[in-house]
Amino acid sequence: MTTKKEPIWVARDFSKCSGCRKCEIACSLFHENRIWPEASRIRVFMLVPGLEFPHFCAQCEDYPCVEACQVEALSIDSKTGAVLVDEEKCTGCGQCIDACPGRVPHMHPTENHILICDLCGGDPQCVKVCQEGKWNVLKTVSKKNYAYKLYARTPEEITRDLAVKMYGELGEEFL
Amino acid sequence: MIFGYAGKFLEVDLSTENIKEIKLDYEVLRDYVGGRGLATKILWDRLGSKWETVAPLGPENILLFLTGPLTGFFPGGRICVSGKSPQSNGVVGSTVAGEFGVELKCAGYDGIIITGEAEKPVYLFIKDSDVEIRDASHVWGKDAKQTVRLFTKECRGILKKRFPHYGEWKEPSILYIGPAGENKVRTAIVGAKWTHAAGYGGYGAVMGSKRLKAIAVKGTGPLPEVADMEKVKQLTQAICEDVYEKELWRRWGTGSAGYEVGATTSSEPIRNWQEEWHDEKSFGVDKFENRVWIKPYWGDFGCPTTCLKIAMVKTGRFKGAITDNPDYELQAYLGTNFGIFTPEENVFLSSLIDDLGLCGIQTGNLLGFVAELFQRGILAKQDLDGLEPKWGDAEAFAALARKIAFREGIGDLLAEGAYRAALKIGEMKKVDVLQYVVQCKGISLGAHGIRSGKDYPEIISYACSVQGGDHTSVACLPLDDSRSELIMIFHDSAVYCYFNIFGIPRNLKFEFYKAVTGLELAQEEWVNTKALRILQLQRAMLLLGGPDLKWNPKIHDENPARFYEPLPSGPYKGKTVDKAKFEQDKKEYYEAVGWDKNGIPKSEALEKLGLQDVDKALEKLR
Repeated sequence: MTTKKEPIWVARDFSKCSGCRKCEIACSLFHENRIWPEASRIRVFMLVPGLEFPHFCAQCEDYPCVEACQVEALSIDSKTGAVLVDEEKCTGCGQCIDACPGRVPHMHPTENHILICDLCGGDPQCVKVCQEGKWNVLKTVSKKNYAYKLYARTPEEITRDLAVKMYGELGEEFL
Repeated sequence: MIFGYAGKFLEVDLSTENIKEIKLDYEVLRDYVGGRGLATKILWDRLGSKWETVAPLGPENILLFLTGPLTGFFPGGRICVSGKSPQSNGVVGSTVAGEFGVELKCAGYDGIIITGEAEKPVYLFIKDSDVEIRDASHVWGKDAKQTVRLFTKECRGILKKRFPHYGEWKEPSILYIGPAGENKVRTAIVGAKWTHAAGYGGYGAVMGSKRLKAIAVKGTGPLPEVADMEKVKQLTQAICEDVYEKELWRRWGTGSAGYEVGATTSSEPIRNWQEEWHDEKSFGVDKFENRVWIKPYWGDFGCPTTCLKIAMVKTGRFKGAITDNPDYELQAYLGTNFGIFTPEENVFLSSLIDDLGLCGIQTGNLLGFVAELFQRGILAKQDLDGLEPKWGDAEAFAALARKIAFREGIGDLLAEGAYRAALKIGEMKKVDVLQYVVQCKGISLGAHGIRSGKDYPEIISYACSVQGGDHTSVACLPLDDSRSELIMIFHDSAVYCYFNIFGIPRNLKFEFYKAVTGLELAQEEWVNTKALRILQLQRAMLLLGGPDLKWNPKIHDENPARFYEPLPSGPYKGKTVDKAKFEQDKKEYYEAVGWDKNGIPKSEALEKLGLQDVDKALEKLR
């Protein structure tokens, strides 16, 4: 995977996710040097078996989380477009969670600060392992002027869509 | 300390609702590792002196959910379920895939020890060190899919309420039983998702006997520290790269075998093993792939292989049936063994078996046996509550499976499993029906026959195994052969999925063990000492048995009678197991593992392994 110079985006095709959770392992190893699924900035949800998908920052065009932060703990990485967390400044108030249309940020399980995908500085480790596995759920692309915010959806909303796609009308029964 | 372990175990007494944390000695973890090995040790220490009187479905039995040091690190996460088996009355290490073991270690526990029995239906909810026994009355009676749905919703609700500022909670990992487990059916499973199963051993019935509907666990910590993370990463990479290059298990799982094992190796159960060969292309893997697999790759934590698939029938009579795969075992036992050769009927039965919380192998074998008795006129329509299990009739088999799960009518007798049901039917009908049961020591055989000699088990594989008919733990020589039970004990004790090791050097798993734990372990030491010690303990408890059944090696270290009938069809027509060769191989195996001519572990073999107490307990059998 070559490191892209311009702002990037991680394209995501949820229906291809095998649920192997290699992305969680890679992310937590990179950021925490531990295998630590709950401290991963990308988390695989399985609210219904078979409907696994990675839940992580969509880098909305208008960055509502950054806007919502009262203590200026969040900023935008000018190189990659990722949201960066200043762990010292962050008070763990959770306002960014409420501001996010997908309720994507979550608290570090043991530290008092929020976790948001930082795109690993431009070379996302989750994408690397997903590509190695030939799953192609995650793919790094150049960030264009698209409505990426559409992908900032809650786990329930995403599950609801996937349930219909996978299980058809039966999908409703499993939610 | 040993790296790779969380360092403590959770012990829950459901009778007194007492919950405590315990630690096990360094030497115990070093020698028995985890999972199956550790289960064997815990059961022996706690129940060994009264083993023969402990009823597997009574409050005295201990139910274990154990990880191993490699769980979560070695690709392919699993958890080992064990206890005194209501099938074999010995100990079976029954593993199931999923995130449960990983969540448990992240919660700070290497395993859960359940004792006693609850008064009313309960479930255990573990969030790190917060452990509670909660009411499960509202979920009792629910099928697999609804059980998973209700607990996922309820547990996430609790977490959200308790930790409102955490953000969105991922689902906890859940192990559960279906109606069959609740009704103490001996062929009941402990399930995960839809539905991976810990099937061998019948621990769903043990869970049901304790009125424990489920365990849900959410661990928010990291996996334990390892000795050498760089080495773990490097070995993981080597395994994954190998798997990614290989298509067989990844693309088809074991799902190509429903056709292949019949057509090519001629070792697939067909109509209760009356045949082992078929050439039904209607059952080809292309039919599964193109008609019913809606999720072509489905995996569990850290798995590069993702041998599982999700199948769904979208049209016709069986519309709405959903199951994982079916894998080879269920293609065989809920397909060819019933004379069924279409993916749709097979998916329908597999989905139903999942929902009921039954084991597809044990129940498929049992129902095949019933159908043969019907074919022979030994059991008639009036014996079967008006049902007629004719070969190929999926609906009739489905109706019988439901009766078993709920113990209705004839289902109550059949719920005792193939061997025990055979004993009862034999008495009732005054006919020797044991000759038609394909099982070993209370455990129905996996779907791999031995007559053609072209599949992997050998002619002593099931007869001499300490886990009876379990096809994932077979006896063979030499003892360090990669198929050997002593090697399987490593997978089941370190607790990971051995479907990720086929292409890697044999020593890599021991290197992995060292990178995680920091302990050296050579294959030779494992096979000749540690694994052998676990094997002897399992053998001892299997032979002590009781209270309802006991095994005599002279009678029961034997193949099912069917395997001495010549194969009636196919490329290996006429082939059968040579009794003289079997006796010779058995003798050699006994010698290799240190058992006397009657199959009892010898004093000197036990003493050498430090098992003097086992030797004493076995005196009465000699």
